[in-house]
Amino acid sequence: MKRPPGGRAVEGVGERVLDAVESFGHFAALAGRVFRAARRPRFPWRDTLRQIDAIGTQSLSIVLITALFTGMVLALQTGVALGRFGAKLYVGSVVGLSLARELAPVLTALMVSGRVGAGITAELGAMQVTEQVDAIRSMGADPAQKLVLPRVLAATLALPLLTILAGLLGAIGGGLIARAQFGITANFYLRTITNTVTVEDFLSGVGKTLVFGWIIAMVGCHQGLRTSGGTVGVGRATTQAVVLASIAVLVSDFFLTQLLLAL
Amino acid sequence: MSAADAEVVIELRGVHKAFRRHEVLRGVDLRIRRGETYTILGGSGSGKSVCLKHMIGLLQPDRGQVFILGRDISRASEEALIPLRTELGMVFQSAALFDSLSVYENVAYPLREHRDWPEARIAEQVASCLEAVGLGGVERKLPAELSGGMRKRVGVARGIALEPRAILYDEPTTGLDPANQRRIGDLIRSLQQRLGVTSVIVTHELELCFGISDRVALLQDGRICAEGTAEEMRRSAHPGVRAFLAGVQDARDTPSAPDPG
Repeated sequence: MKRPPGGRAVEGVGERVLDAVESFGHFAALAGRVFRAARRPRFPWRDTLRQIDAIGTQSLSIVLITALFTGMVLALQTGVALGRFGAKLYVGSVVGLSLARELAPVLTALMVSGRVGAGITAELGAMQVTEQVDAIRSMGADPAQKLVLPRVLAATLALPLLTILAGLLGAIGGGLIARAQFGITANFYLRTITNTVTVEDFLSGVGKTLVFGWIIAMVGCHQGLRTSGGTVGVGRATTQAVVLASIAVLVSDFFLTQLLLAL
Repeated sequence: MSAADAEVVIELRGVHKAFRRHEVLRGVDLRIRRGETYTILGGSGSGKSVCLKHMIGLLQPDRGQVFILGRDISRASEEALIPLRTELGMVFQSAALFDSLSVYENVAYPLREHRDWPEARIAEQVASCLEAVGLGGVERKLPAELSGGMRKRVGVARGIALEPRAILYDEPTTGLDPANQRRIGDLIRSLQQRLGVTSVIVTHELELCFGISDRVALLQDGRICAEGTAEEMRRSAHPGVRAFLAGVQDARDTPSAPDPG
């Protein structure tokens, strides 16, 4: 059959769409397998604890530095902006609300995507290309239970904790600037925060990170397990995982926020 | 099922497999009987490792059927394959040891997964498996601290830990020096004799193949083009077999699969 002009380009686009659909199907299937694996005997407790340490503890410094400076710059910007309405004293309200509802969850998730998502993909990708994943399967063990479940569970548990710490440190950073730049006392700053930020604000922010943690680890594991093409493939999969996880966090953040506001 | 079928441990019927548009297997038929040592010969990229991976469900056929111990596993889910895989051991080309675990933990891995044994019993079994492959005193070492030949033997020890009914060897001697190649060949034979286990080997090494095989098959163009006892194959007039036996000296330097990294 004669090809119409541009047929090859159309074919290329079609192939990529099929790839994306196939990849999404694999992702959903893997998520289902992890869920079922969680209810099987021989729950991988020890690996989960090790992963909480690897994901949580080791991300602590990067997350806290990010939070501290975000809180500081936020106080600086809102102080200047509020000053135009003569409401400079209420820096704490804006900083606290922004951090609790949005900035601490999302920035922590993005930092963890880069740090942990990439690490998970690189590790599982290397195991995949050196046949270690096949070796697990060949011995009648399930990579979804042995490799994915501990990482997904650890990230889902660690991210809310990291977010709470990030929120606290961000608020402290904001307080330092509020005092140094705008002469707001620590006491007043704290009071504006506690008067504004409700338990619902706090819970909606931290609640979202349960989903973010799940997304980051699932995307990292999925990309790692689908790695092919040797060490080059590992590099490619790692980059892909960070990009996909970051986008997925931002997109899901929008929809989750809408959902939570509707409740 | 006839009496002869009862003796068939692994059977492939018209197995087709393609990766993207590249057809690797185009109708592989073979039957491997209990207790025999069966070798699949083939050149680089002939699909012999792909063929082997179908036998333990690591790959599933696009068309055709795979029977293991009488059960059709061509469409089996990953969960359904778990009990069957405890009956099979696989030794990977790259050994595929877990590099974060010690030799001891590597060999103990399948035992911890499938046996509710106390640690003492596990230790006993690990020691006996390592002894079977001629490796004592390396239990505490990490895989990175071992030579290539030793890693392969640890891979064999891990493969026999659950006392499987069949062992699948993917290029067991590739990349080893002649002394280690001989040692692996002797090991495969001695395991077959001592445990009565069925052995399936894919390789392009003629010396290994004719040294230990009961039956030999040649995989070419995605099909088994010739099959017979080692002696029959050596004397075969089949042009494909003659060409492979004559040309293999040249092919020996080319790796049979891309370096896994």
